[in-house]
Amino acid sequence: MKMRKIVALTLVLVMVLALCACGDKATPAEGGKEETGSVYWLNFKPESDEVLHEIAKTYTEKTGVEVQVVTAASGTYSTTLNAEMEKTKMPTLFVIGNQAGVKEWSDYALDLKGTAIADELNTDAYNLYDENGKLVSIGYCYECYGIIVNRDLIEQAGHTMDEIKNFEGLKTVAEDIHARANDLGFDAFTSNDMDASSSWRYTGHMINLEYVYEEREAGKVWTECPATLTGNYMDNFRNLYDLAVNNSTVERTALATGGHDAENEFKTGKAAFFVNGSWEYAAVSADVPNSTMIPYYCGVEGEEKAGLNCGTENCWAVNAKASEADQKATIDFMVWMVTDPEASRKLVDSFGVMPYKHAAESTNAYLAAANAYSDDGCYVMDWATNYQPNVDDYRAAAVSALNAYNAAPSDETWATVKTAFIEGWATQYKKAAN
Amino acid sequence: MKKLFKNPLRRWSWLFLLPVTAAFAIGFVWPFFQGIWLSLCKFKLIRDAKFIGFGNYASAFADESFRHAFWYTALFAVVSLVLINVLAFTVAYLLTQGIRGSNLFRTVFFMPNLIGGIVLGYIWSMIFDGILSRFGTSILMETKYGFWGLIILMLWQQIGYMMIIYIAGLQAVPEDMLEAAKIDGANRRQTLFRVIIPNVMPSITICTFLSLTNGFKLFDQNLALTAGQPFTILANGETVKTTEMLALNIYNTFYGQSSASQGVAQAKAVIFFVLVAGLGLLQLAYTRKKEVQQ
Repeated sequence: MKMRKIVALTLVLVMVLALCACGDKATPAEGGKEETGSVYWLNFKPESDEVLHEIAKTYTEKTGVEVQVVTAASGTYSTTLNAEMEKTKMPTLFVIGNQAGVKEWSDYALDLKGTAIADELNTDAYNLYDENGKLVSIGYCYECYGIIVNRDLIEQAGHTMDEIKNFEGLKTVAEDIHARANDLGFDAFTSNDMDASSSWRYTGHMINLEYVYEEREAGKVWTECPATLTGNYMDNFRNLYDLAVNNSTVERTALATGGHDAENEFKTGKAAFFVNGSWEYAAVSADVPNSTMIPYYCGVEGEEKAGLNCGTENCWAVNAKASEADQKATIDFMVWMVTDPEASRKLVDSFGVMPYKHAAESTNAYLAAANAYSDDGCYVMDWATNYQPNVDDYRAAAVSALNAYNAAPSDETWATVKTAFIEGWATQYKKAAN
Repeated sequence: MKKLFKNPLRRWSWLFLLPVTAAFAIGFVWPFFQGIWLSLCKFKLIRDAKFIGFGNYASAFADESFRHAFWYTALFAVVSLVLINVLAFTVAYLLTQGIRGSNLFRTVFFMPNLIGGIVLGYIWSMIFDGILSRFGTSILMETKYGFWGLIILMLWQQIGYMMIIYIAGLQAVPEDMLEAAKIDGANRRQTLFRVIIPNVMPSITICTFLSLTNGFKLFDQNLALTAGQPFTILANGETVKTTEMLALNIYNTFYGQSSASQGVAQAKAVIFFVLVAGLGLLQLAYTRKKEVQQ
């Protein structure tokens, strides 16, 4: 009987303690937040996660303002944003990177016009406005993508960069390297995995060439999502896609499930070409010092004058529903990031370039290449890809079609790829408009 | 002494019930009713929901991919229900025959159940692709690979768990009944079907209930193994994710499309609940009837 009494008492004690513990944690966090304001940054670039945590720590040490950085895993940004915005402690700083995002999140974004951070910008080119002219988000860096090339390997294979001025040139060099891969000890293209961690390089980036040439054919740059596409340049996309998957370190049938490390292949000199963007510079420049980036050559007439794909999906938005103190703390933090020499140096090294008056100069060779192309009078391929309607569903369907194509390359399977990209666009456009 | 102790305990019993009741209310009752409410709303964030009536339900029923997911899930649930229970019962029966090392076998068979679904999905996708890549294909390429792959995965995971329940049932079959059957001259087959199985009906009820609802609710393994691939791309650009089950369809509707579809996903979730609960109860009522009273 005594035993039972002790057990009962212990249970009561445990329960009371548990309740106390629950209560304790909640109080100070909320109390502190009200007074000074704090920053909660939901970051969208996994590759910059480490740097951002350092920056946040430095800022907190300097000013005492709490900065929390949370990074969404690759490909899960929109899911994470949705979940985080439901919470009481929601992100004060987040990313609205394209028109679809503006449509969905505009109500939650502070109008940044006339704020201290907007005054620091040196260009309006990367800003996103909603239909009422509200400045929803402002670019914090811009990027370029294309094909990264290891110049040293091209020369080792007995070729020069001058040979690669159009698709024919690129094809000759790539096929020659692939044919002699065993003797050379390296291949033409790095692996082209189609799993979630890598498929965006094709369904999000390489496909941009199709959209851009449609824009050029129509003679105007898209300012809103078109309802339909013509698909006139799908064959050009196929040219380049085939070239990459047929002349690479990994057989095309093994791409569907992924598991290969393209970045590492490039870093260790296993391949000369790497389909990716300027954000890779920080990761590969130490191992491959002599690399550059070339445009998506795909067999379009006059492509000798093509430049890199320049644009951004990296635009900061400040949460309109956050408290005023938090909004102020967030904007102060943003201004500090783009004006403080040390902080902006670190950020620029990770991001590539920041379009702000007092930010550090860029050292990114790929962005320098982008500028060199523009200076030579080449046309910039804008990021038309940012208009992809219901982007996750749209790309998922394209990945599935490309997998089927890779398993059995034929005109028939390619027709499905085309359907996924072209008819899929119209279907998703209608769905998104509802 | 007894009285002194008992009375305070009775008086304070509500205090002991409080944590569980609170957890149940916070974790189940409240979200459940909020979910029903949200299925009648259009919303981006829950706190900004706007009431729109039954439009979401109409869209949910009109959705081709939802109907496909329903039939695919139903097929999966039935096949996995039969296979899991037949195999689990067989293993349990064998392991109650006094084979050497029975306990070791039981532990080993039960262990897969301790691994999380996502991890299992990725591990098995590597195993399947390791084999299929020799034939130049992958589990993501064919609907039938995805289907049977998921069945194999679920068998591997669930058989051990159901086996434990069956073993408990088999050990509870009264010894005197078995002896009486033996004396009456029943052979092994007759003993199994006439004596043992009727006596383990309670275990069969619970195991079929669990495997049926598990089959319908399956999510993690589905997401990690195939995520709905391969898709059929219709001529009009619509896609049907051929290995997408109901729960994954709801998830993809909620997150994959524009904000208008979040209410639709919520409506699908309510339909899903009614379906799983209804089927579960029907099945319980049916197998209960078969149980014998000892």
